[in-house]
Amino acid sequence: MEPWEEEEGPEVVKRFMYVNRRAPYGTIYALECLEVVLIAAAFDQDVSVVFVDDGIYQLKKDQDTTGIGMKNFSKTYRALDDYDVEKIYVEKESLDQRGLTADDLIIAVEVVAAQNLRGIMAQQDVVISS
Amino acid sequence: MSTMLHLINKSPFDRNALDSCLRLAKAGSSVLLIEDGVYAALSKAESAKAVGNRMDDLTFYVLGPDVSARGLDDKPLIDGFTVVDYGGFVDLVVEHDVAQSWL
Repeated sequence: MEPWEEEEGPEVVKRFMYVNRRAPYGTIYALECLEVVLIAAAFDQDVSVVFVDDGIYQLKKDQDTTGIGMKNFSKTYRALDDYDVEKIYVEKESLDQRGLTADDLIIAVEVVAAQNLRGIMAQQDVVISS
Repeated sequence: MSTMLHLINKSPFDRNALDSCLRLAKAGSSVLLIEDGVYAALSKAESAKAVGNRMDDLTFYVLGPDVSARGLDDKPLIDGFTVVDYGGFVDLVVEHDVAQSWL
C-alpha cells in the first residue's frame, strides 16, 4: 500500500456547526457562509446551522433585490433541506431584539433560547463563524 | 449656516455608527439610512427608541430599494420616516451643503 492511500476504516462523522452573525447584502459573509454550508453538506457530516444577531436577517422572507442590482440568494436557504441539513437553529433573543418572529422567516427553523443554544454549541467538534 | 446630510450604512445592532450620529448631529440636520443601516428604520426593533428621541429635531429618510432587498416592505417603519429612491438620494445630497458618511 502506498503512503498516500488510506486504509478503509469506519467513517468518522464530526459535528460541524456554522454560526451566521451577519446581515445579507451589506457584506459578502452571509452568501459565502451559505455556499460553504452547501459544499460541506455533501461530505455526509453532522451539520447544524445557527443564526444569531444580524444573521437572522438572512432568513427574512420576501426579499426583493431588483432595486439594488444584487443576486437574491435568500431562496437558496430552502435548498438546505434537500441537502439533508435539518438542524437549523435561530436564537430567540436575536429575533426579539429585532422585532421579528419565526413567521417572518423563509424556512422552518427551531427557535432556541440562548440558554439552550449554549448546550447545542458545546457539543460540536468544529464551529465555523461568519 | 450649512445643512448636513448624515449617511448611515451599518446595522445599529452591529456597529455604533447610528448612535454616534444621533449623539452628534445638530438639530435641523437630515439622516438617510442606506444598506444595512435601513434596519434602524423598523419601529419594532430595539434600536427604535434612540431614533425616536431625535425624531423632533432631525429629519429621517430611508432608501426604499435597500428596504425591499432585505424583505422589510411588510414591516412597519418608525412614524415620520420618508422613503426615498435613488433619485431622492441624489436630491438630498444636492439639497444639503455637506454629506457625512458615518463609516
